[in-house]
Amino acid sequence: MVEVVRHDIVIVGGGGAGIRAAIAAVEADPKVTVALVSKVYPMRSHTVSAEGGAAAVVPGSDDSLDKHAYDTIKGSDFLADQNVVDYFVEQAPLELTRLEHWGCPWSRNEDGSVATRPFGGMQIPRTWYAADKVGFHMLHTLFQHCMRFDRIVRYDEHFVTKLLVDGGAVKGVAALDMREGTTRVVLGRAVILATGGAGKCFPFTTNGTIKTGDGMALAYRAGVGLKDMEFVQYHPTGLPGTGILITEASRGEGGYVINSEGERFLVTRDYGVGQKAELGPRDMISRAIMQEISAGRGIKGPYGEYVQLDLRHLGEAKIMKRLPFVRELSMTYAGVDPVHQPIPIRPVVHYMMGGVDTDVTGATDLPGLYAAGECASVSLNGANRLGSNSLTECLVFGARAAVEALKYARGASDGNEGALRRQGDEEMGRIDALRGRKKGGEKIAQVRREMNLAMERGCGVYREQATMQQTGVELAQLKGRYADLALEDTSKVFNTEILTALELGNMLDVAETIAVTAMARQESRGAHACSDYPKRNDQKFLYHSVAFFTPAGPRLEKKPVTITRFQPEERKY
Amino acid sequence: MSDLRKKTFVITRFDPDKDEVPKTQTYQIPVRPDWKVLDALNFIKDEVDGTLSHRWSCRMAVCGSCGMTVNGEPKLTCKTALSDYGDTVAVGPLSNFPVIRDLVVELEGFMEKFKAVKPWILRAKEKAPEEGVYRQSPEQLEAFKQFSMCINCMLCYAACPVVGNEPDYLGPAAIALGHRYNLDSRDEGDAERNQVFREEGGVYSCSYANECSEVCPKNVDPAAAINQAKFLAVVDWAKSFVSSPPRRK
Repeated sequence: MVEVVRHDIVIVGGGGAGIRAAIAAVEADPKVTVALVSKVYPMRSHTVSAEGGAAAVVPGSDDSLDKHAYDTIKGSDFLADQNVVDYFVEQAPLELTRLEHWGCPWSRNEDGSVATRPFGGMQIPRTWYAADKVGFHMLHTLFQHCMRFDRIVRYDEHFVTKLLVDGGAVKGVAALDMREGTTRVVLGRAVILATGGAGKCFPFTTNGTIKTGDGMALAYRAGVGLKDMEFVQYHPTGLPGTGILITEASRGEGGYVINSEGERFLVTRDYGVGQKAELGPRDMISRAIMQEISAGRGIKGPYGEYVQLDLRHLGEAKIMKRLPFVRELSMTYAGVDPVHQPIPIRPVVHYMMGGVDTDVTGATDLPGLYAAGECASVSLNGANRLGSNSLTECLVFGARAAVEALKYARGASDGNEGALRRQGDEEMGRIDALRGRKKGGEKIAQVRREMNLAMERGCGVYREQATMQQTGVELAQLKGRYADLALEDTSKVFNTEILTALELGNMLDVAETIAVTAMARQESRGAHACSDYPKRNDQKFLYHSVAFFTPAGPRLEKKPVTITRFQPEERKY
Repeated sequence: MSDLRKKTFVITRFDPDKDEVPKTQTYQIPVRPDWKVLDALNFIKDEVDGTLSHRWSCRMAVCGSCGMTVNGEPKLTCKTALSDYGDTVAVGPLSNFPVIRDLVVELEGFMEKFKAVKPWILRAKEKAPEEGVYRQSPEQLEAFKQFSMCINCMLCYAACPVVGNEPDYLGPAAIALGHRYNLDSRDEGDAERNQVFREEGGVYSCSYANECSEVCPKNVDPAAAINQAKFLAVVDWAKSFVSSPPRRK
């Protein structure tokens, strides 16, 4: 029989959004206990890899909430919900200040105020930074701060495999304890998903290996819609081969993007970014790079063609002060020293604008279930996220989801513990049957590789109807083959093979929603650039797509976009 | 992959369900010239032996998951080039930690030490976010910045001769972290932390071996932190006998 533990709130995921939510919950109510369930020790969460910064209007500067809102909405190609953006920009300064109070080592101006840097698509420098390791410092600050609260009870290296639903509401989760190899039922009257993105659906991504869309898949299988999944952000500057992120702050600090002829094509050619040049939004710059490569102005390398990011003119002192991590990464993983050589770069899958469909409070349509951070789609980012909005998003909506979940939990029942335990027992049975299962002959790595390639072909920077369709067909076939996986590892203790098998199952579900929603959107908007339909079409497609699980594949619905102050206009910089 | 060189990996295996003691297993695999040690482990896991267990995530030397012993030295495997080694590479779990399985070690003891140094801002009176940020000059930031760069990869614990003999020793990373907060101009908790530092297993257990700083992949220099912490903890203790205004950071 499974072991059952009970808390008031269960949070799945220990990155920026999850830890922020945990702290907000225990601060809001002196009695509650929170379970923080994470498949890794929280300081390993992928928030740690974010580099460039976090956006918020600096109080007392010549910036304004309206400007931040407008930049975000324009960046989203008018698919953001404007009530959500308003809440976000208003809370952003408070959240970043709170993090400062908790010890985050923000870089400073001479007078001791926090420094900001320019970022893509932002008209004013409003990106707070701690050199170029902002995600690292943010995550460690949050994690260290959360240790002061004994009422945050961590379940580290626990992989959630199922949401437990009773009487039409979520009442907890079933989690595989990696160390013991057994299932533990963690009950709570509300559950917050904060598991991050799903970049590992693709072969070439900035994401760490843990980013497998787990929370999205959990919600999807429980009947909750995944919203705007077709919008996958390609970051313009990843290292070829590994996909390691070279931060946008490199361009914020003045770096150039150059082609094989040494030409700053974002300045010399018309890619729609205007005066912003290298500080255009990510979707446009990624497309510009792909066009340069198509036009024969890329550089051939062992991992495909690339262009270059040139920081040499910034000089060693500035690079060491503002971009030391970029230098370390370039030297270690590309063999170039940016002080003396340009860095090879190409567009790389970075971020999912889509995710678990929530409203501004973080609530989903399933009572008791909330989501925040990259795994959610609260509709802040629409069709394209602006760099440095996502770290702030984790804080603002992690905190909000916690407060709302708490409010809900006060009036909610514990659920039928016997029934929930039985679900946990069944889930343990399912996991036990999968462990070391000799059925079929399919290998995890092979199915994953084919999924990755199908996604790259069909859901790249530029997409075509025919290849997207093919990707959809291949994914459906791969799901069939997934049922025939052969596993070798029969041991219970720290069985990472079963973990990778379960993660692959999550990714296949998420990947299918990306391909199917992408196919249905017959226009080009933000990060979704469809060669067959190169223009945005507000008449027909100014809506959110929401994908629901059915055994035969995703069923799509449309949801209106909330437009208040800023009417859609041509997106030109 | 016929054009690729082959290397031999001797990997320490231990499965508590099956093994009384650790054993080694040898794999010969083709490697690319630009691979790190971690790439080879992932290749073995994916293509050769699905039962191999190791931790990793970011593969860009910032999440701190993939510390292991490579040819006898503690290394962050995602940052360690295979080209630095000959035809045979031995990979084992980090020393000085109990092994859970294969290359996966027990972190719970470290997590307790980590918490013991109170790695959070302690102040008598906290400001509301509406009151704005604390002023901190670039020099004040510089005073602790280096010690805030630790990724908790544990290499310093694996290298430290004291940790091996004295399991309760707080250890380099935890002391560096506590010291980082002591040096932060926003913090007022140094008296509390210095008390922890002065206890048995605190800073005075350190034998000045300096191994921690030599293996640190992020140049945190925990040995320097420990030396400074020793001094400040004793100054703090001495001050408790005389009445003087609190030290200004």
